[in-house]
Amino acid sequence: MEQLGIIERLQSAFGETLGVWHASNSESAYARRMGSFFQVSDPARLLELAFFLRDEPALAFDSLLLLSSVDHGDGSLSVVYHLESTVYRHQIVLKITRPMAQARVPSVTSVWSHANWQEREAWDMMGIRFEGHPDHRRILLEEDYPGHPLRKYFKEPDFYHGMKVPN
Amino acid sequence: MELPVLPTDKTGEGNVIVTSLDTLFNWSRLSSLWQMSFGLACCAIEMMSTAAAHYDMMRFGVIPRPSPRQSDVIIISGTVTLKMASRVKMLYEQMADPKYVISMGNCSNCGGPYWEYGYHVLRGVDRVIPVDVYIPGCPPRPEALLEGLMKLQEKVRAQGKDIEFTE
Repeated sequence: MEQLGIIERLQSAFGETLGVWHASNSESAYARRMGSFFQVSDPARLLELAFFLRDEPALAFDSLLLLSSVDHGDGSLSVVYHLESTVYRHQIVLKITRPMAQARVPSVTSVWSHANWQEREAWDMMGIRFEGHPDHRRILLEEDYPGHPLRKYFKEPDFYHGMKVPN
Repeated sequence: MELPVLPTDKTGEGNVIVTSLDTLFNWSRLSSLWQMSFGLACCAIEMMSTAAAHYDMMRFGVIPRPSPRQSDVIIISGTVTLKMASRVKMLYEQMADPKYVISMGNCSNCGGPYWEYGYHVLRGVDRVIPVDVYIPGCPPRPEALLEGLMKLQEKVRAQGKDIEFTE
């Protein structure tokens, strides 16, 4: 299914207020496909939307290719979901943006179980909480590491466990 | 029938060597530097190939040991992350004296490519444990590791004696 068709399908099921489609006008077909994204407006509806995308027979998004996170530098954080259907070979990108003070989105681990570690990485590096995650720990850094290092205004600690860190 | 008695240097039979105890100890230590089998990153691959048949580190008396209690030298072969640094320190403390440290590669010398932005990297393993020999390279070739090992042997040979160890 074409991406616009998928969006129409979503909006007919959930209503126009679900989100906004941002189309890329890149020359490359691949960049148009993966660079266009659907900005979901309400995080409370994300889980419902994710189940619909996976379970609707005409959509069948059975694979979460990538879960990544973005710090926009203006006090907001985003989570980006790249989805693919291995049945129909179509892809779609969802994006959800939250202010840094309320960086919480529902976990999609119950929908795509391989979101588990990717959400833990987004928490570790960007400090986004995933509500309902079954094992919400850091994945790479130690539990007591101060802060989330991929945030734009992260400053590394001077000392960590008595070891001098900056050069 | 009487077997001929061959003069031999291999067993030392019939020969007397006059030496000081220090020299004997140093000679014994430098001839059997047992290495802790411990690798951190890509330098560890070079270290393994140095230990394999082509470069044959064992001809210098270097035998990989799986326990810090039985080893004399620890080769820090790779990036020391902040998470790993406390473990490296613990391993070093578990080794029995006399113990030696070879810092292999730019990462463990000074942080290497993580010098500027490595929020998770210790800029030099000498911030947690004392280093005897630094080997530059990214990663160092096996010849460089052998050179560093021979430098360490020279250092052990000069230990506790009034001769100058030249770098």
